[in-house]
Amino acid sequence: MLSAATVHIATPAFDWHAFAPDLVLVATMVVVLVADLLLPDRESWRTSSIAAVGLLGALVPIATLVHSGHDRNLFNGAYVVDHYALALKAFFIIATYITVLLSVDYIREGDYYKGEFYFLLLVSTFGMSIMASSRDLISLFVALETISIPTFVLATFRKHDRASNEAGVKYYLIGVLSSALMLYGMSLIYGVTGATKLSDIAAYMSQHGTVPLVAVAMFLSLVGFAFKVSAVPFHFWAPDTYEGAPTPVTAFLSVASKAGGFVALINIVYFGFFLPNGRAADSWWPVLWVLAALSMTLGNLVALRQTNIVRMLAYSSVAQGGFMLVPFAAAGIAGADGHPGKAAAAMSAVVIYLLIYGAMNLGAFAVVIAVARRTRSAEISSYDGLWEIAPGLAVVMGIFLASLAGVPFFAGWFAKFVMFRAIIDAGTGWAIALGIIAAVNSVIAFFYYARPIRAMIFHAPTTEDRTPIVIPQPLFAAIALTVSVVVVVGIYPQVFARVGELAF
Amino acid sequence: MSALAYPDHITATYYLVLAAILFTIGAVGLLVRKNTLVMFMCIELMLNAANLTFVSFANALNDISGQVIVFFTLVVAAAEVAVGLAIIVAIFRRRQSVNADDVDLLKG
Repeated sequence: MLSAATVHIATPAFDWHAFAPDLVLVATMVVVLVADLLLPDRESWRTSSIAAVGLLGALVPIATLVHSGHDRNLFNGAYVVDHYALALKAFFIIATYITVLLSVDYIREGDYYKGEFYFLLLVSTFGMSIMASSRDLISLFVALETISIPTFVLATFRKHDRASNEAGVKYYLIGVLSSALMLYGMSLIYGVTGATKLSDIAAYMSQHGTVPLVAVAMFLSLVGFAFKVSAVPFHFWAPDTYEGAPTPVTAFLSVASKAGGFVALINIVYFGFFLPNGRAADSWWPVLWVLAALSMTLGNLVALRQTNIVRMLAYSSVAQGGFMLVPFAAAGIAGADGHPGKAAAAMSAVVIYLLIYGAMNLGAFAVVIAVARRTRSAEISSYDGLWEIAPGLAVVMGIFLASLAGVPFFAGWFAKFVMFRAIIDAGTGWAIALGIIAAVNSVIAFFYYARPIRAMIFHAPTTEDRTPIVIPQPLFAAIALTVSVVVVVGIYPQVFARVGELAF
Repeated sequence: MSALAYPDHITATYYLVLAAILFTIGAVGLLVRKNTLVMFMCIELMLNAANLTFVSFANALNDISGQVIVFFTLVVAAAEVAVGLAIIVAIFRRRQSVNADDVDLLKG
C-alpha cells in the first residue's frame, strides 16, 4: 500500500513574518563577519556601523508585528511571538544598540579585533531575541547558551590584559557550572512531567501540584538561574568580571545579559510552573524569596564600602537584581495563596523594572566610560570636582545615580513603585516581610549612590587641567538617549506602564 | 540460564542513580580541584550526567524529545569547551600556569 508516491509529508507552515526580527539579526551577523574579513584593517571600524544599522533594521519587523496585533504560535506553541516577547525583543535590541554606541570609540582606540567584537555582540543579542519567544525547555536552554557563550569571549576580549583574562575565566567557570545545574534540573523536570514544552509542563503541574522531585528539580534550575542573574549567594563572580572586562562589555553584561537571565526565569516559572492556576507556585517562591532578600541586603551592604565605581555599580546591580526578584516572590505567594490573577501584574512589574533598569544602568556606564577617557581610572576619587571640570557629565551622572536610588521624578522611582505595588497586592505576611526588607534596602542604597555625587560637587578637583572632556559623538548619543528615557519615564510613567500591561 | 548471567531486571532507576552519582562527582570535583583543565572535565561530567538522565527518562517514558535534547546539549558543550580552552590558552600565555588559585588579581 505504502509506496513512495502515496507518502505525503506535510510541510509545517512557516511564519516568516514572526521570525523576521531574528532573521534580520542573523543576516547582520553574517554581513559583519564577512565585512570584517574583506575590509582593510584601517577600515574595519565600519563593521560597527553595519551592526548598528542591522540592529535598527531589526526593529522594523518588530513594529510591523506589533501593528498586526495578534499573537503567533509557532511549532505547536514552542515558539511564541506575542506582545510580551516583542516588548523584550525591542528592549534587547535597543540595549545592544546603545552598547554598540558605547563601544565604537573604545574598541577603535584599543588595539583590538574590531569586527569580531560586534559579531559576538550580535550573536548574544540573537540568543536574547530567541529567549523572549522560547516556550520549550530545549529552546530555552539553547537560547541561554547562545546568550552566554559569546559573552565569555567578550569578557576576555583584551586578551593581553591579565585582569581581562581573569574576568573571563571566572565568568566562564561559573557560567558553565550554572548551565550544568540548570540542565540537570531540566532533565528531572522532564522525567516527572514527561514534556519539554512549557505549556504541557504547566498542564501537568496544575493537575498534580508539586511533588518532591519537582521541588528538587526547580531548586537546581533556580540555582542555575541565580548564577546567571548574579543573585546572592551566587554573585561572587560578578564584581570581578565587571571590573576586569572592557567597560562597554560590563555595561552589556549588567543589562542585556542579566535581563536575558530574568526573561528565562519568567518563562520557566510563569509559563511553566504558574499558569493556569498557580498551584505549582510553592515549588519556587520560597527559593526566590530568599534569593531576593539576600541579594538586596548583601549587594547594598558591600556596595557601601567600594572605592571603585565599576565595582560599586556591580554590587548595585546585584542589589537591583534582588529588587527585580521581589515581584517574582510576590507573584508566587499570590498564586500559592489562591489568587493567580494577581500574578500577571507582578510579572509586568518585573518587565517594567527591567526596561527602566536597562536605561539607567547603561547611562551610568556611558558616563563612566566618558570620564575614564580622560582620567584612565574608575576610582570614585577620580570623580572629585567633576562639577567644575565637566558640569554636563556631572549632571547626567547625578541623574542616573538618583534614578538608580529611586528618587522621585526619575524613572527609577516608578520601577520601585511597581515593585512595592506587587508586594501590597500579594498582601500576605511573607510578602509584607519581603516588602519591609526592600524598603530598608532602598534607604541604604541612597548612601552609596550619593557618594559619587558628593565627590563630584563638594570635593576639589585633583588636577589643575581644566580643558573640557571630549565626548565622541556615539557616546554622546548613548548618554542623550538614556538620559531622555530616564527623565521622560520619570515624569510620564504611563509610557512603560502601558508596555507592561500589554505584555501580560 | 540463571538470572545472574542474564540481568533483564535493570530498570531506569539504575541509570538515574548512576547519573546522580556522576553529577555529584563532577560537582564535588569542580569545588575541590584547582587545575582549570580538571575543572573543565568535571563540568563535562555534570553535563553528561544530565544527558544520561534525559536519555533514561526518554526510554522509560517512551518519548523522543528527551533523546533530541541530548544532541543540543552535545553541541552546546562542544562550543563551551572550545571557548573555555581558548581562554585557558590566553591565561597560560600570560602566567605559565593553569592553576585557579593563581588567578587572583581582582578581589574585594
